[in-house]
Amino acid sequence: MEALLGQLVSVAFHGTAYGMILYVISVGLSVTMGLMGFANLAHGVFAMAGGYVMLSMMNAYGLPFPLALAIAFVAVALGSIVLERLLYARLYAAGELAQVLFTIGLILMSIAVARLIYGTLQQPVNLPDYMKGQFHLLGRDFPAYRVIVILFSLTLVMLLWFGVERTRWGAMLRAAVDNRAMAQSIGINTSKLFTLTFALGSGLAAIGGGMGAELIAIQPTYPFEHLVFFLIVVAIGGMGTLRGPFVAALLIGVTDTACKYWLPQFGAFFIYAATIAILLWRPAGLFGKAA
Amino acid sequence: MTIAARLLSRLAPHAGGYIADARIRPIEYLPWVVAIIIYVAAPEYLPLGSYILILMLFALSLDLILGYGGIITLGHTAYFGIGAYSAGILAKFVTAEPFTGLVVAAVCAGVFGLITGAVILRTTGLTLLMLTLAITSICYEVANKANDWTGGADGLSGITMNPVFGQFRFDMFGNTAYLYSLVFLILGWWIVRRIVYSPFGASLAGIRENPVRMHAIGAPVYGRLVVVYTISAMIAGVAGALLTHTTQFVGLKVLGFELSGDLVVMLILGGVGRLYGAIVGPLIYLVAQDLLAKQYPEYWYFWIGALLVVIVLFARGGLLGIVDALRARFEKARGR
Repeated sequence: MEALLGQLVSVAFHGTAYGMILYVISVGLSVTMGLMGFANLAHGVFAMAGGYVMLSMMNAYGLPFPLALAIAFVAVALGSIVLERLLYARLYAAGELAQVLFTIGLILMSIAVARLIYGTLQQPVNLPDYMKGQFHLLGRDFPAYRVIVILFSLTLVMLLWFGVERTRWGAMLRAAVDNRAMAQSIGINTSKLFTLTFALGSGLAAIGGGMGAELIAIQPTYPFEHLVFFLIVVAIGGMGTLRGPFVAALLIGVTDTACKYWLPQFGAFFIYAATIAILLWRPAGLFGKAA
Repeated sequence: MTIAARLLSRLAPHAGGYIADARIRPIEYLPWVVAIIIYVAAPEYLPLGSYILILMLFALSLDLILGYGGIITLGHTAYFGIGAYSAGILAKFVTAEPFTGLVVAAVCAGVFGLITGAVILRTTGLTLLMLTLAITSICYEVANKANDWTGGADGLSGITMNPVFGQFRFDMFGNTAYLYSLVFLILGWWIVRRIVYSPFGASLAGIRENPVRMHAIGAPVYGRLVVVYTISAMIAGVAGALLTHTTQFVGLKVLGFELSGDLVVMLILGGVGRLYGAIVGPLIYLVAQDLLAKQYPEYWYFWIGALLVVIVLFARGGLLGIVDALRARFEKARGR
């Protein structure tokens, strides 16, 4: 009994840490799709870029973890503004097929560039000492790294929630998601708003990729390998909401960890099966508005 | 300029469709003439040639649903893979007769296409895309874990096909494999062409352009999509079985996401919704891959990615679209 309880706690804990990372990476995608209806399959590229920037800063220049993470956020957010203005903006009016193909093209290019610069091996992660130990609570040990991941992600979630629900920018964003044409006609500059939101979402993905580098290894095939999971989070959670992807990411994080722990022979089978079932039950996702 | 224009108008790949003249124009025999010339003139390329022919058939099946039906899918390898595995398992455990294998593969892929199509085609957009990905991923997981049937990650080997008609052995030079693939590609092309030029094909184009309006004028949108999805799955299944028969091996990559992606790239490169895009695309993509990819794997994917971006931004119709645009410009210059 005690052993089972220990397993349950452990699975819930590891699953939560994984789910948090998934959420921080995917939330930007949810907003992008909800706001502009843009099928951005290349979202994982930003997470990978964040991971590479952070690890390079730490491994090559010896910067501390938090500073390297901040640099990754800024660098990727700025880079994504350039991409958005130069390329993405041309395709908002285009069909889904064009968007899907374009973003697949971006993924392929990013994989090639990553392989050229960093090689095919996954990047080593040298965690600082305070993230290496264990954290004792209620007579159990929890790896400090994952505790920090969960706490930091929760802080981000609160900040994000505050930003969207309580600030002027958030009100404009919600208005634009609900009815873009109307928001535009009452004087909200939706195109500028979108660029900013896109940059923020990409920056968050970079934080997720960098912070989760120990959980989801940073390697060139990253954007393809984890694409399905990012998309599942958004599809199940529903687009254009903050709450939906949060629930979906936690659900997927815990389910995936539980399956890997107890039923490794099935691989990711249950995740896919559950995705199909949920999408058939609610095609717009758990919290999405019905089209 | 007139000569060039005349030449281009001969070469012009037609966009097809119900209103166009359905007779097969002389230029449409060109791919098959070239295929036979290659068979005679370049025997060392036959193994690569068979693979290209098989992927042309696979691309045709994708063109039917993507180009004509407007169904955006990233999971078409599910049906290709099921065809490949069912043909392989049948050949290994039951009978190694090739035509039986093709029929069984078509039926298996078709039934799976009917079931999954009936389920997923109720949705649209991103949800549909997600579902196609999820279904293919499930197939991949199953094939990966069901070691006893599929050989898992090592692939299904130990298949020895019977000779075609009891006469023509699948030789190691690929002579039989090439002609075998060519015959079924031509058959598939003929079927797809008939569909595209039929009233059914016209209604598909209508659904692609505006499903709501098609619904409003009384077309059974959902039913038509399920039917074309099933047909496309059958053709993809036959293509998969051809690959099994000609290589006598099934690898896990027939169900992989990578092949799905490559296939879409080939079709887009050739030109989507144009019938012959599915012929031109795989040919150019795979020949270029054979020449370049082995020496420069990193650069290869970079340029493929860049090509996709450029096609999406500047040349939606692919290579055949460029030919069309050039022709239109010449004709305009002639004052037509």
